[in-house]
Amino acid sequence: MDKPILDVRNLSIDYPISIGTVEAVRDVSFTLEKGEALGLVGESGCGKSTLGLAFLQLLRAPGRIIDGQILYHGNDIVTMKNDALMKMRGRNIAMVFQNPLTSLDPLYSIEDQFYETMKQHEPKITKAEAAEKAGKVLEDLSIDKKRLYEYPHQLSGGMRQRIMIGLGLILNPDLLIADEPTTSLDVIVEAGFIDLLAKLRREYNLSIILISHNLGLVAEMVDRIAVMYGGKIMELGTAEDIFGKPLHPYTEGLIGCVPNIKLDQKSLVSMPGSPPDLVNPPKGCRFSPRCPKCMDICREKEPELKTKEKGRQVSCWLYNK
Amino acid sequence: MKGLLRYAITRILLTIPMIFILLTVVFLVLRVMPGDPVSAMLGAHAPERVIEEKKEELGLNKPIIIQYFEYLGQLARFDLGESMVLKQKVTDPIKEKLPATIELTLWGMFFTLAIGVPLGAYAANKRRTGRDFGIRLYGNVAYCIPVYWMGLMMQLVFGVWLKWLPIAGRTSPRIMSSLFSNTGFYLIDTLLAGNLRAFGDVAVHLLLPSLTLGIVLSGVFVRLTRANMLDVLKSDFILAARARGVSEKLVVYKHGLKNAFIPILTMLGLQFAILLAGAVLTETTFSWPGMGRLLMERIYLRDYPTVQGVIVVFAIMVSVISLLVDLLYAAVDPRVKY
Repeated sequence: MDKPILDVRNLSIDYPISIGTVEAVRDVSFTLEKGEALGLVGESGCGKSTLGLAFLQLLRAPGRIIDGQILYHGNDIVTMKNDALMKMRGRNIAMVFQNPLTSLDPLYSIEDQFYETMKQHEPKITKAEAAEKAGKVLEDLSIDKKRLYEYPHQLSGGMRQRIMIGLGLILNPDLLIADEPTTSLDVIVEAGFIDLLAKLRREYNLSIILISHNLGLVAEMVDRIAVMYGGKIMELGTAEDIFGKPLHPYTEGLIGCVPNIKLDQKSLVSMPGSPPDLVNPPKGCRFSPRCPKCMDICREKEPELKTKEKGRQVSCWLYNK
Repeated sequence: MKGLLRYAITRILLTIPMIFILLTVVFLVLRVMPGDPVSAMLGAHAPERVIEEKKEELGLNKPIIIQYFEYLGQLARFDLGESMVLKQKVTDPIKEKLPATIELTLWGMFFTLAIGVPLGAYAANKRRTGRDFGIRLYGNVAYCIPVYWMGLMMQLVFGVWLKWLPIAGRTSPRIMSSLFSNTGFYLIDTLLAGNLRAFGDVAVHLLLPSLTLGIVLSGVFVRLTRANMLDVLKSDFILAARARGVSEKLVVYKHGLKNAFIPILTMLGLQFAILLAGAVLTETTFSWPGMGRLLMERIYLRDYPTVQGVIVVFAIMVSVISLLVDLLYAAVDPRVKY
């Protein structure tokens, strides 16, 4: 097997703020193979978006990586210089963000934004060449290439999301990070988006990291899932395993919260308690205060992410005895 | 284009009631103010009979309401009337002084933007650093300084101590006599005449007063630009552009500044009125022969028609600028359509 495209090792990210330090991400490790799709799921504030931004070194101030490595084809992004980062962003790793409606600059035409992106990485490109290439990408995304000369406000949300993807793919990156790419889209547009990503994966052999709290979306799209809670990976495994036989009580809880039309549910199931305060994380396991299967040891010592079976890791004392 | 024309015409028509209301207020206030042109001209000890004759001659003996409607009738024929204290038409001094004020105001505006916007943008980009703090301090201090005090200090430093720049007037006396004025805009006139020495002289005279206006007004723009830039730099499209590898310079100054520019334009239109008011003080401080000083002089002389005329011209200037600002919106922002 080839070397993994992305190898994250013991990554920790802090946000120093006035009342202390938010331990946003702690000791996260995983690998992503070429052409693989990985889902990062968890509640709001579990560190999944922070993690996504860290892959491009785009953490919002005052966030910073305090420990660990992000090896992209063996090169550590954490220690990379600004120039190298700028060259890598867009060309090697592309990112699609939560809100397609506000992710395009309203004052510049679509063409301008494509041209700018390409010009940045290929300084010699002419406007006409850029327009031709961008037109092709748009047609791949089933958008009329005349739209190139329009402004973002003239396009629908679904189109803007596809254009964001087009902007991401124009330079043929091999890794796409999609951070809640469909939250502001309606379900029909979302379904189209899922098909599109599947097609792109096949055609471009793209590796994808999909960050989402939407378990349904993740289930449809990815090969493997990492469940995050309080800045740590709780469980990692194939999509079938995670949904079929969840090991971690948090994963169980998370799946239990998804409303099921087949069951006669009177009310929505929710998990008791609230996400941990990451300035003063609970002692022991971060999930212990909300865990229905909490044991004495859980409140004392933090469990480690241990391999349970092949391709399956879990961080829970239930399995680490 | 058709929509644009209709918009412009509507806006111009709307200025008519505005000028009407403004003039009504000025007309009344002038006449309620103690003193009148006759006593201003003849002094307090003139014989009663002479005063009465003069008042009759100027039409001041009629009831105010009659004077008011007569004045409006005159205006409707685009006639600003004649001065009550000097033998001249109201438009004569305005024609002479207006270019001086426009020249000063435009350059004041230029310095305001040239100082305020880049400083504000730079401070936003270097948020929470020493430089940011320094620029914010400058912004607040500039904002608080009265324009006439700033003028005096500039005169003291650059005129008296350093002796770099002249402190008063539009030209040196010798240049003045050689100046052949066509448009009244001295910078243009001297260039048209190909007289570079005179051009330099005029430019140097313009520098201190317009810089004074520019510095004082730049305070608002530093603060406004910085605040707007900070907002814009938090937007999703800024992060998205960075994620595509767009360089920091382009992200901040191409995407950031252009998006922050719309509220700056709004403020520009509003500040223009303040700039005109500031011109009264600046022109007095720098003995600048413009509309502001004309207004001051004629208020002392209670020259009712001239004061009213100057106010009308000011009102038209403010309307024109705010119309221009509206048109600029459409140029900057593709979402704005008329």
